[in-house]
Amino acid sequence: MYSYTDFDAKFLAERNAQFRQQVERRIDGSLTEDEFKPLRLMNGLYLQLHAYMLRVAIPYGTLNGGQMRALAEIADKWDKGYGHFTTRQNIQYNWPELRDVPDMLDALAEVNLHAIQTSGNTIRNVTADHFAGAAADEVADPRPIAELIRQWSTDHPEFQFLPRKFKVAVSGSQHDRAVIKAHDIGLRIVERDGVQGFEVIVGGGLGRTPMIGKVLYDFVAAEDLLPTLEAIVSVYNLLGRRDNKYKARIKITVHENGIEDIRARVDARYKLIRPQFTGVDQQMLARIEADFALPAFKTQSLAAYESAYTNDPVFRSWADTNLADHRAPGYAIVSISLKAHGATPGDATSEQMREMAALAEEFGHNELRISHEQNVILPHVHRADLPALHARLKSAGLATANIGLISDIIACPGMDYCALATARSIPIAQEIATRFDALKLEHDVGPLKIKISGCINACGHHHVGHIGILGLDRAGVENYQITLGGDGTEDATIGERAGPGFSADDIVPAIERLVYAYLDLRQDAGETFLQTYRRLGLAPFKAALYPEAKADAA
Amino acid sequence: MPKAFKPSVITANALLEGDVVYMGADEWVRDLSDAEVITDEAVADLRMIETSAQSDLVVGVYLAEVDMTQGAPAPTHFREAFRAKGPSNYAHGKQESL
Repeated sequence: MYSYTDFDAKFLAERNAQFRQQVERRIDGSLTEDEFKPLRLMNGLYLQLHAYMLRVAIPYGTLNGGQMRALAEIADKWDKGYGHFTTRQNIQYNWPELRDVPDMLDALAEVNLHAIQTSGNTIRNVTADHFAGAAADEVADPRPIAELIRQWSTDHPEFQFLPRKFKVAVSGSQHDRAVIKAHDIGLRIVERDGVQGFEVIVGGGLGRTPMIGKVLYDFVAAEDLLPTLEAIVSVYNLLGRRDNKYKARIKITVHENGIEDIRARVDARYKLIRPQFTGVDQQMLARIEADFALPAFKTQSLAAYESAYTNDPVFRSWADTNLADHRAPGYAIVSISLKAHGATPGDATSEQMREMAALAEEFGHNELRISHEQNVILPHVHRADLPALHARLKSAGLATANIGLISDIIACPGMDYCALATARSIPIAQEIATRFDALKLEHDVGPLKIKISGCINACGHHHVGHIGILGLDRAGVENYQITLGGDGTEDATIGERAGPGFSADDIVPAIERLVYAYLDLRQDAGETFLQTYRRLGLAPFKAALYPEAKADAA
Repeated sequence: MPKAFKPSVITANALLEGDVVYMGADEWVRDLSDAEVITDEAVADLRMIETSAQSDLVVGVYLAEVDMTQGAPAPTHFREAFRAKGPSNYAHGKQESL
C-alpha cells in the first residue's frame, strides 16, 4: 500500500500544528464560533447532537494492521472504546472533546492518517471498490489512481470552496461494488484494444434529488484522466448553483444544463489546461503503482479448508456468505461482518479493531479494507488459513455469517448522533436484524439489501437499497417511508416509493410482510428479491405493505 | 394571529465537551430538570440575548419548548428527548450518570 513521503509527513505535521493553534484560540476566546466552525470542518470536526464527532478518512478504504491498531488506541484514549465505520469508507469517533482533537490528529498522523477534507464543500475522501487489488473480476487495481486523485485534490487551491461537497468513487471491475453511478464523478477502469483507460460518469448522487450518473466519456486514456477531472471540477466550480444549496450538487448542474452542454464545456476547459499537465502526474502514478504491488501469494494445500467446509456446518455457512472469489489460486476475500444481529451497523470496539489488525498481520498480508457497506475486508487470505481465522473471528464476536443478507443493513447514525437527522436509523436496523434472526429466515430469503437513512440526505443510501427506509419527522413523530427496487451496482436504479410511511412501531412488521410476500411470489429459491420485484413490479408488494387499503378497495 | 408562547428552556452544546446543556437559574446546567423554565416571551428574548453572548462557554443557543404537565420540564419533541437522554444504542451520554 501507499507509503507517505517526507513531504506528506511534513504537510500533515504543519497542518495539525496550525489546527492546534486554532483550537487554542477558540478556547481562549480569540476566535468566535463563526470564525472557528469552517476551520474545524476543514479538519473533519463536527458538532453533533450529544458531542463533537471527528471524521477520519480511510482513503479508498485501505488500511494496514498498524493503522487499524492506531484507530483502536484513539478510541480507547480519547473516545468511548469504539469507532463507527461509514458508507464513505471513513471512521467516525462520536465522543471526542474539543481540547483532545489536536492530539487525536497527531496520533493519526503517526500512522499516515488524517481528517482533511472529510467535511466542507471540497473533494471528499476518494472511495473505491473494497475488493480492490484482490477481486477475481478486476481489470486493474483502482487504488493507485484513487491515491493520485487524493494527492491532486488535497488542499487543491481552486477546489476548497466548491458550490457543495464533491465525491469521487473508483472501480476497477465490471461489477460495481463502489456505487460509482451515485457519485459526483464515478470512474471505472476499462480496457479497449488491450489499453486501459477510464469510463467517466458524472452527476450521480442520492439525497433530496436522487440521480443516476451519466456517461460523460466512455474512454479516457490514463494519461488524460487528471486533466479531465480538473476540467470537470473546474466547470462545476464555475457553473454550479451557489444560490440554493439544495440545487448546488453537480447532479443538478448536469440535469439543468444537459450532458451535451457539460461535455462541450469540459472539452473546452480541457483543451485549455491540458498543456499544464506535463507528465509529472504519470511519473507520480508510476511510483504510487509500485507501492500497490501484489503481495507474494503462497502455495499451500487446501485440505484443511476442505475438511472444515465438509465437517463444520457453522464454518460452511460463514464461508458461503462471507467469502468472495480472489484473483489468486487458493485465496479468498474475507468479509468480516460488523452487523451482528442487534448490533449497531458499522461499529467496532477497540478490542475488535485490534483483533482484526492481528488477523490481517497473521493471515492477510497485513491488508484491510473498509467497505461502503460498513464491513471490514481481509482481501488476501489463503483458504488453508480460513478455519483458524474463523475460530478467531468467532471468539471476537466477528463471525456473523450474513454478508449480503437481510441483516447486513447499511444504516446512517440517524438522530441518535447526527444533528441533521430527522429520525433514528440504528434502532430500526437493530430491530429488523433481531426479528429475522429470531424467524430463522435470513438464509432462506437470500441476497437482500436493506439500507436506512435518518434523513433526506441519504447517507444510508436508501434510494439504492432493494428495500430502502427513509426516516422523517411527521408532525413531531418518527415516520418511515419505504422505497423498493433500488440497486447500487452497475445496473444502478433508484428505488420507487411504495406509499405512505409507517410509525416506528409499524415499520418492522411492514418489512416482515414485504419479505413474506417475496417468499410467496418468487419463482424459486434462486430468484432474488430484486429479480422478483423487477419481474412483478410494485403492485403485489404494495398490497402486502398496505393490506388495509386492499380490504377497503374490496 | 401570533403563535402563543409556550413554556421553554434555553439549550446549547458546551464548547469544550459538546455536551447538551441548559440555562439554569444563573449558570449552564447538564440536566433538563435543573433548567430555568421560561413562560414569558419577553423574558425569553432577553435570556437569549444574554446566553448567546456566552460563546466562550457554549455553541448553538436556542429555545426548546417543554411540557410542564408533570411539574418538571419534559421535552415536547423526540429530538429534544434524545438530547436530554443520550443515544438509543448505548448507555452513553447523559444516561451514563443515571
